[in-house]
Amino acid sequence: MTEPLLDIRGLKTHFKTDDGMVRAVDGVDIAIGRGETVGVVGESGCGKTVTAMTVMKLIAMPPGEIVEGEILWQGRDIVKMSPDEMRKIRSKEIGIIFQEPMTSLNPVYTVGDQIAEVVRLHEGLSRREATDRAIEMLRLVNIPTPERRVKDYPHQFSGGMRQRVMIAMALSCNPQLLIADEPTTALDVTIQAQILDLLAEMRERLGMAIMLITHDMGVVAETTHRVVVMYAGRVVEEATVDRLFGDPKHPYTQGLIRSIPRIDTAAEKKERLEAIGGVVPSLLHPPPGCRFAARCRFATDKCTEAMPPLRDVAPGHKVACVLYDA
Amino acid sequence: MSQYLIRRILIALPSLLGISLVLFTVLALAPGDPFGELAQNPAVPPEVAASLREKFGMDDPIWERYVKWLTQMLQGNWGFSFVSRVDVDVLIMQRLPTTLIVIGSSQILALLVALPVGVYAAVRPYSLFDQIATTLAFIGFSLPTFFTGLMLILIFSITLDWLPFVYQSNVEATGLAFYWEHFKQSIMPVSVLGLFQAGVLTRFVRSAVLDVVRLDFVTTARAKGLRERAVIVKHIVRNAMIPVVTLVALQMPAVFGGAVVTEQIFRVPGIGSLLIAAILANDTPVIMAVTFVFACLVILFNLIADLLYGWLDPRISYR
Amino acid sequence: MEAWRRFRKHRLAVASAVILFLMIFAVLFGPVLWPVAINDIDFSAMLQGPSWAHPMGTDDLGQDVLARMLYGGRISLAVGLCAMFVAIGLGVLIGAIAGMARGSIDAALMWLTDLFLSLPQLPLLLVLIYLFRDVLKEWAGPELGVLILIIVVIGGLRWMPVARLVRAQFFSLREKEFVEAARALGASQSRQVVRHILPNSLGPVIVAATIDVAVAIIAESTLSFLGLGVPPDIPTWGRILFDAKDYLDFAPHWALFPGAAIFLTVLCINYIGDGLRDALDPRRVI
Repeated sequence: MTEPLLDIRGLKTHFKTDDGMVRAVDGVDIAIGRGETVGVVGESGCGKTVTAMTVMKLIAMPPGEIVEGEILWQGRDIVKMSPDEMRKIRSKEIGIIFQEPMTSLNPVYTVGDQIAEVVRLHEGLSRREATDRAIEMLRLVNIPTPERRVKDYPHQFSGGMRQRVMIAMALSCNPQLLIADEPTTALDVTIQAQILDLLAEMRERLGMAIMLITHDMGVVAETTHRVVVMYAGRVVEEATVDRLFGDPKHPYTQGLIRSIPRIDTAAEKKERLEAIGGVVPSLLHPPPGCRFAARCRFATDKCTEAMPPLRDVAPGHKVACVLYDA
Repeated sequence: MSQYLIRRILIALPSLLGISLVLFTVLALAPGDPFGELAQNPAVPPEVAASLREKFGMDDPIWERYVKWLTQMLQGNWGFSFVSRVDVDVLIMQRLPTTLIVIGSSQILALLVALPVGVYAAVRPYSLFDQIATTLAFIGFSLPTFFTGLMLILIFSITLDWLPFVYQSNVEATGLAFYWEHFKQSIMPVSVLGLFQAGVLTRFVRSAVLDVVRLDFVTTARAKGLRERAVIVKHIVRNAMIPVVTLVALQMPAVFGGAVVTEQIFRVPGIGSLLIAAILANDTPVIMAVTFVFACLVILFNLIADLLYGWLDPRISYR
Repeated sequence: MEAWRRFRKHRLAVASAVILFLMIFAVLFGPVLWPVAINDIDFSAMLQGPSWAHPMGTDDLGQDVLARMLYGGRISLAVGLCAMFVAIGLGVLIGAIAGMARGSIDAALMWLTDLFLSLPQLPLLLVLIYLFRDVLKEWAGPELGVLILIIVVIGGLRWMPVARLVRAQFFSLREKEFVEAARALGASQSRQVVRHILPNSLGPVIVAATIDVAVAIIAESTLSFLGLGVPPDIPTWGRILFDAKDYLDFAPHWALFPGAAIFLTVLCINYIGDGLRDALDPRRVI
């Protein structure tokens, strides 16, 4: 395998609180190749967003702290980078869009100025050139009459349109990786599909890799190549989309897949939609051993003894579960 | 924008009417007749008293008196000071610039202190700097202006003998020395008022910035790769200014109160000390006129604040 | 209790509460512990600095400043408290009416509130006292009359923030389930107000009330300092400062003690207000 674009190895990001250390991300490995779309899924609070924010070094420190691990970006370790080096990577090499398009844009500047700010910073364009680029980017993300819209303020756009603006902004310097942190969660279902289509279209045109963070298994199935399933700050399974949905190994993944509402099967077989019982364990004092053990119907004594490592069960299919110990 | 301006002025008019109504009600409710007293005052020439009575139409129905009174006020016919024997509008116009300069420079001083300190404290919340700054701000606005004024006089005029403690309107000097003397005697009044305001504003700025710091677009700005300085100035402070402008406008009545006290302590010849002098001398026309001028100033500053607000926040002005 | 736990975490607020309590204790029982007449004129002991006989020195008539401070403190604090009650009473009343009535009454009352907020407070305060001083003197005697006037006028110009607070609380609380439930059970409007809405808006109102005491103390001191407040024979802290300011070069102690007393009281009250806000109204920042 060639060197991946982004290689997160054994990353631990913890947060100091009054009650103790919260182990939000506690040993995560994710690799993303060039042009690849990788989905990161899991329930809220499992550390997906913190992982993404750590890659961009957007975690407030303190209270946050990268305790262990490395984040290799084209071979260079982001964890060890100085703030100045990191700034040159943000938006230039790695773009990011967030969950809340309504609040992610600064209300007092025009969307044109906000996109122009990025290209002026990283490419040293003049004000005029930057505005032209902004118009071009707005056109690229299918905003009608971009010449006029470029002078509008964020409040003059709908939620879906604002997310398009965010995408235009994140892609304006043609980064090699786009991190999309729950980009469709705050949007209407019809708009969600449009944004996902737009992301796919952008990937085809510009060729960047996408790290798509979501809790929605449906979104993952439609748009990604490979999927990383996270649970309580750890990766529990990783596989291609087809394998993951065709042959999920980890009981948590199986639970997630069973909880997707499906019109066809439900109508025919009268299957009940299954929810996973229980809640995500406290990240303050995580239980020893497998963190899913308390909610797992296959749990044995062995599960609570030691944390099962992530290991290959098939080529490109990794899982962290004692059930698959040789 | 001009449409916005007109609308704002139209909104300001009822407040002006309202304030004049309050003032007039106070007058009308006051025991006896504040203007009638003038007739008995030996300092007032009889013809002036008679013309005053006629001017204010003492025997007309109350609403008619109000309309007449308001028309007179708005036309600048504020009557005749029987103490200094000058038309009240002349008297006020002589003194208003001084008051505006003192208030203006103290507000500028307050902003020069409060903006950097408040922002710096808010971006490093609970740091040592923040704790010292918030404590000083707390002390600053808990110190009554009359006490700070006396303290400054005690330290800088009496003990150190650096600054004159009484403000002189006719400085006997020319050229640079003239300005230097004026500057020297303005230091204490401006600092008293300015530092009190700085205390209040530092808290405003700090909490406004704290509110903005955690908003999503700040993370977006950082994700763009901007320097922290640019994030703070262009994105955080720019947005935090919007609530600060409103709060500064709400603070204006208190600033005028502080100006009255400061002018009185340092004998600054502004309209504040004029008010006190007039009250001590029962000079009713001057008292009413100064109060009215203060009210107009508050409304004027509110109007300016509204315009600033509309200019700072695109969500308002373009609607 | 949760609120008390949060208040205790604000160390400066707790310290301020202790200091303020000591000051209240001093002005209440001080005259018993320091039984010196406040108007004992002694020209042989004029403008003396602090000594064992006169811990805070003497004034231009040789009167003991400590005794006058202890006596005047009662008036200053009492005026502050009473004016606060006037302000809170008016504010709660107007806010509650606006919050219950809504519609045009609400709009009119809020316009009035905004109007009062933009009045130049101190000039108006001075004018009101100037105009009405004589009537109240006739009606309630020279001392009590002026005090009542000062209290009413200060309180009457400070009710606006509370009115806004209470109204806002009404608007948000009206929609809450427990009020809905009370309404569904047939509780009358006044019962809803008294039993359910008012107790729930208590937190922010208490915070505002605390700050109002400080504002009122400063207002009274300012009036007295300008020579337009209480009559000369009532030595409130502001009045002592007014008398002392012309002797600043010979007897700075005379001005320092009352000034410091006002400052310390106001600072303590503001800190207590800050602590109470943390404890009772954690969402608001300013």
